[in-house]
Amino acid sequence: MRYLPLTSGDRRAMLERIGARNVDELFRDVPKDALNAPIDLPAHKGELEVERLLGALAAKNRAAGAGPFFVGCGAYKHHVPATVDHVIQRSEFLTSYTPYQPEIAQGTLQYLFEFQTQVAALTGMEVANASMYDGSTACGEAALMARRVTKRGRVVLSGGLHPHYAAVVRTNSELLGDKVVAAPMDVDGKEDLAAMIDGDTACVIVQNPDVFGNLRDLSPIADACRAHGALLVAVVTETVSLGAVKSPGEMGADIVVGEGQSIGVGLNFGGPYVGLFATRQKYVRQMPGRLCGETKDAEGKRGFVLTLSTREQHIRRDKATSNICTNSGLCALAFTVHMTLLGGEGLRRLAMLNHEAACKTADALARISGVELITKSYFNEFTLRLPKNATEVVEFLATKGVLAGVPGGRLWPNDRQADNLLIIAATECVRDADIDAFAAALEEVL
Amino acid sequence: MGMNVQGRPTQQVAESVAPSSTFTGNRALQIEESLIFEKNAFDETGVDLPEPVGVNRLGAHARQSPINLPGLSEPETMRHYVRLSQKNFSIDSGPFPLGSCTMKHNPRLNEKMARLPGFADIHPLQPQSTVQGALELIDELAHWLLELTGMPAVAMSPKAGAHGELCGMMAIKAALIDRGEAKSRTRVLAPESAHGTNPATAAQCGFTVDAIPADETGRIDLEALRQKMGPDVAAIMVTNPNTCGLFERDIRAIADAVHEAGGYFYCDGANFNAIAGKVRPGDLGVDAMHINLHKTFSTPHGGGGPGAGPVVLSEALAPFAPVPYVVKEGGRYHLVETRRAAEAEGESHAGGRLTAFHGQMGMFVRALSYMLSHGGDGIRQAAEDAVLNANYVLARLKAEMTPAFDGYCMHECLFDDEFLKGTGVETIDFAKAMIDEGYHPMTMYFPLVVHGAMLIEPTESESKQELDRFCDALLSIARRAKAGDQSLKTAPHFAPRRRLDETGAARNPVLRWTPAE
Repeated sequence: MRYLPLTSGDRRAMLERIGARNVDELFRDVPKDALNAPIDLPAHKGELEVERLLGALAAKNRAAGAGPFFVGCGAYKHHVPATVDHVIQRSEFLTSYTPYQPEIAQGTLQYLFEFQTQVAALTGMEVANASMYDGSTACGEAALMARRVTKRGRVVLSGGLHPHYAAVVRTNSELLGDKVVAAPMDVDGKEDLAAMIDGDTACVIVQNPDVFGNLRDLSPIADACRAHGALLVAVVTETVSLGAVKSPGEMGADIVVGEGQSIGVGLNFGGPYVGLFATRQKYVRQMPGRLCGETKDAEGKRGFVLTLSTREQHIRRDKATSNICTNSGLCALAFTVHMTLLGGEGLRRLAMLNHEAACKTADALARISGVELITKSYFNEFTLRLPKNATEVVEFLATKGVLAGVPGGRLWPNDRQADNLLIIAATECVRDADIDAFAAALEEVL
Repeated sequence: MGMNVQGRPTQQVAESVAPSSTFTGNRALQIEESLIFEKNAFDETGVDLPEPVGVNRLGAHARQSPINLPGLSEPETMRHYVRLSQKNFSIDSGPFPLGSCTMKHNPRLNEKMARLPGFADIHPLQPQSTVQGALELIDELAHWLLELTGMPAVAMSPKAGAHGELCGMMAIKAALIDRGEAKSRTRVLAPESAHGTNPATAAQCGFTVDAIPADETGRIDLEALRQKMGPDVAAIMVTNPNTCGLFERDIRAIADAVHEAGGYFYCDGANFNAIAGKVRPGDLGVDAMHINLHKTFSTPHGGGGPGAGPVVLSEALAPFAPVPYVVKEGGRYHLVETRRAAEAEGESHAGGRLTAFHGQMGMFVRALSYMLSHGGDGIRQAAEDAVLNANYVLARLKAEMTPAFDGYCMHECLFDDEFLKGTGVETIDFAKAMIDEGYHPMTMYFPLVVHGAMLIEPTESESKQELDRFCDALLSIARRAKAGDQSLKTAPHFAPRRRLDETGAARNPVLRWTPAE
């Protein structure tokens, strides 16, 4: 077996040194009848065979880059520069552990410090952590953090929040007996959330751009939160939008969580991704997750360490701010490298190219008879109401080679109002020919 | 033969004296590297994108202030991150014997497979008819996990070990709610030696945590455990092999005790690498166990994630698994993505979502690639080699160091700091001295039940020769400590940084770069 360096001679010599007759003697504490139960699994394989098996499975999937592609709703098809993948495959980044020994982990620690700085700047907040599993779990943790800060147990969810994110918040908060109140599905971004806040409310969670693509002004809801002593949690699932639209910090958010997948990470069928988590300095000790901080070494040289670990489970155990024991290190590195290449200026351009592609796509599709463009103000994603069931339309378009977007029925399977909705994302990867193909196929099916 | 025929005068080489510093602060291959924010590239970009000329319908939503972040050219970016990488220790460069973390070889084939466009470039919400291969892969990986654990069900979506714990404990809570006992069963038992995530997870599920003492052999004190049982016990959380690197001999009696009391048995599977292919947790009475794909099945740790933590479940807990899950019907695969949809399939107790989408697909591909490569036989051999390596290290290090417990260990060996008594050298100094010798330190000061704990997990990836060098180095450090070598107190001396001021970092947290005043 190519991954195992011990030879049978080594094994014999080592057993002799240990003083054991055979390897099973080392397992003598295992109940006899539970040791070496037969396992019905195939024997080891060479690289070539494994490549063929997995290659055959991969070939059954339609890759986003293989044709016109307009699927979004929390994960986006963006181009990732080749440098990013090279850097994250460096042995020293790929095969290292959480930087508990900072003297030999300055590489990881410094990029985490850069990551935290980039995320804080993008979200318009004062501090950011070293990342979470993904945007949805960051959102769930934000609700729990608001609970710690306000000592209240009621969470209000916008009707424009991604249903998976809403479900994660429910899962986390209801475990602790908190009340989660969700506004009805809000297709056009006109809900009145302020009316749902009361004196027991820990936080209001609003997504911008929302799951339908609507751009929202969070300032009024931030004011309403402040008036009631609640926190505003802003959710950003398309980080590229921050290159063009007002940051949540500018609009008064207390906690910003985001999905960083769009920058550097790729689609990966939903994971691994990288959760962004930013807040105000005054709440830093209530934050979940890893934090990297600047310090000095014994010779006075600048260095970085994991810090404020008295919040964390390995120190505080059942009193910890969260049970989280890891971040999404390598994806955070991908984010940081891509963001370092882009810079603020590159991100602005990238964002505007996305916006342009979405405007072009929306114009082309809205012209088709029977199609209604619901979203009035959008970044790179918008919602159409079709005269037909959108799931069926999407399946038909897939047979024509066009992956057309997310049908409402996929995310709101129990809400008939969603059946004819189609949520469409257009990024810099969309070409004019893709839009033409989409429009022609849609016209054909309607 | 050694004759100087080029006319250069032969002279005596002067006694070598190393300078104390260099002009740049660099030390040959170790280059000092500033932060990206200190490179004065705030208006630049390292990506060639056309200047947008088209429409702008953002109106009042448009960003008002510029994003103050630097953009570096591609060569500058590459050099920056390559230099940073050279300040990291990694498995690829040397032994990384971090107990409880299973830092084994990460095969590059797995990286190559995960990057196939059919896996890396597919969207979680594209039509299921266009991702049949991805769903099949999840189903196949689930099959391997079930076969290796002897359990009937698995929840694939948890994103890390601690997330898996949350998933398992949520299933337990849901089962208690279903039995109408959630209000009365509020106590979770966990050994004093448990990973910190165990009590933190229990608390996150609204349980109180009660610590179980260990006996003098480093295992759960069965009598003390029995006395703690009662009608308010929801579950026990046990790591097996435990965090002292020992197999819980009384594991079945422990399972029986909690089951008789009406509670569930959560097993922390962090140490599954010791027994994968040798012992099936399903044969030991386990109700739920997470599997760290980034430990046992070699998906890279990546400097702290991403991981993946699928949870296997017993018959009793299987109905409470969260959505989503994959179902195979007539040769086609589909996802059940909501609790309502699960209900429609007859799963009326399905749990809520833990995360958006369907879990860590990129890690699933890598783990399956690892498993297919090893096969059932290779997985068993890997466990045997991991245990053999740890026992070999234990046998050799006994000469100078003090094992915390007698007898064989499983995949990791644990020492206390008894052998350092009176030397002035502590566990942390010993660990930092390992850095100078070219090794990543072992896990230190964990588990908490052993004084000055040093937990060494060599994994199956180390050759005998490598282990011998490693043991020689550790023995030499132990001898230096005993001989009163005070330079150990300030180790490391040869790393990119000397010891860092962690207290100062926490007292006055600087968590981001800000421009100089």
